[in-house]
Amino acid sequence: MNPNVIAVEAQALADRAQALALQARAMADTVAPVAAAAEPFLLLLTIFLLACFVGYHVVWSVTPALHSPLMGVTNAISSVIVVGAILAAGLAESGVARFFGFLGVMLASVNIFGGFLVTRRMLSMFQSKKKG
Amino acid sequence: MTTLTTLAYLVASVLFILALRGLSHPETSRRGNLFGMIGMAIAIVATLLRPGMDLGGVALIIAGLVIGGGIGAYVAGRIQMTALPQLVAAFHSLVGMAAVFVAAAAFYSPESFGIGVRGDIKPASLVEMSLGLAIGAITFSGSVIAFLKLDGRMSGAPILFKGQHMLNAALGVLLLVLVIAFVATGSDLLFWMIALLSFALGFLLIIPIGGADMPVVVSMLNSYSGWAAAGIGFTIGNLLLIVTGALVGASGAILSYIMCKGMNRSIINVLLGGFGSDAGGVAAPGGGAADRAPVKAGSPEDAAYIMKNAQKIIVVPGYGMAVAQAQQVVREMADLLKKEGAEVSYAIHPVAGRMPGHMNVLLAEANVPYDEVHELEEINPEFADADVAYVIGANDVTNPAAKTDKSSAIYGMPILDVERAKTVFFVKRGMASGYAGVENELFFRPNTMMLFGDAKKVTQEIVQALQR
Repeated sequence: MNPNVIAVEAQALADRAQALALQARAMADTVAPVAAAAEPFLLLLTIFLLACFVGYHVVWSVTPALHSPLMGVTNAISSVIVVGAILAAGLAESGVARFFGFLGVMLASVNIFGGFLVTRRMLSMFQSKKKG
Repeated sequence: MTTLTTLAYLVASVLFILALRGLSHPETSRRGNLFGMIGMAIAIVATLLRPGMDLGGVALIIAGLVIGGGIGAYVAGRIQMTALPQLVAAFHSLVGMAAVFVAAAAFYSPESFGIGVRGDIKPASLVEMSLGLAIGAITFSGSVIAFLKLDGRMSGAPILFKGQHMLNAALGVLLLVLVIAFVATGSDLLFWMIALLSFALGFLLIIPIGGADMPVVVSMLNSYSGWAAAGIGFTIGNLLLIVTGALVGASGAILSYIMCKGMNRSIINVLLGGFGSDAGGVAAPGGGAADRAPVKAGSPEDAAYIMKNAQKIIVVPGYGMAVAQAQQVVREMADLLKKEGAEVSYAIHPVAGRMPGHMNVLLAEANVPYDEVHELEEINPEFADADVAYVIGANDVTNPAAKTDKSSAIYGMPILDVERAKTVFFVKRGMASGYAGVENELFFRPNTMMLFGDAKKVTQEIVQALQR
């Protein structure tokens, strides 16, 4: 095959690729602002709904005898809201926000420690016949 | 948010799911709880290591963790298991209030959460913020009322007044209007007005609900505390909060559903409240309906004699057992009967006690092995060949009117078929009807023997008679 022909074909391909890339770039530019606005919320919503399903299935598998400990554990883990309070107390510029963050950390900590420990107490009581 | 923090949050979410998963069996549950603790520790440490945290902030956070954690650990170590429902209600109120504080912090310092600047927060974030704030505030005040009712500091009787539901509906509409105005203006005043109105709403929603409906209320507030966390998660764009909030919200919702089903009532019916407000007509022993045969009252000695000769005994505990703190002596009785060669098991109605699974914890505390404790569906077929059903502190959940009497307030409620046992003992203080205000026809059946007196005292006397 003639090397010149190949060179011309390669050149044509390269041009085409460049044109496509430019097009894609232009498209991305138009889509990006829309996606940036919509994506985080949709992503969070997706995760939220999937987590609801996971929760639904996991909780139905909990034995009714352990429904009180279930409340204890869910109580403790819902205090993960402490994360938000920590961010406020540690990052906020405003003193008011820091103060609210501190109060949030304190209340949530009562729950974290109280919730997990009272659940542990409850669970330690559940013994089977074999163990006596 | 750095990749590492996100990864840590993912690990924490998975550990939380495993914590719930562990509760499918008592054997795996303790490990599950440990997973939950590790997940929480990871979440807290990862957040503390976020760039931009200054030393003063970290000191403040650690102070909060130590003070709060100390109080929590102290309370958890001291609490009586009978007081568990009020403790859980109190804990729910704290989650609600923490949500309010975080919402306020995000409102006053939106820069820290990347949702805008003070006075110019993105409208979408304002919507999410007001949701988290409102749900958190409702959870707080609702849980405070539930706590006061469960702790006996406030009467368990429903508080009803004219136009109550209209007022609540009007306040709900007003809340919606405030939220819309808040999103449009982002004003400080409206933020706090939403908080105040939600506090009032939480208060008003729970006061009409009576004491024995508390299992539903506690479950529902459990669910709310989850939704509040998720709402805050949306506000500050935090995945861990959203995932955990969804898990907890779903859990509480399922528990509420199970409790409602256990009473054959819709959640709406429970929320509208007022159930059993005319309950508690106390009649003298034997003086129930005039056209009925008089009830047969027996002595603890009679009961001990019959049980000594029984092969199969099913104990049916209710909230009355918890009130009388009789669980320990019930187990002693069961031990003596087992020595006599009898088979003893326990039947738990889904709504027995003041929170889901309350009876199971109390029996476990009294060292009753969990394999002797059975749920309603499991044990109901067993009553037919039981010699004795020992009903202690339960009433409505054994009333056969639920199966036959369409006009009864408890019609359709699943009940424990104690009437099929050869002999039914009812340990009761008097002839008062149960919470639902319905007379229990079982008291008048020939195979029923009433043991009048305090649950603990009567059982103790049976134990003494058995030892003789």
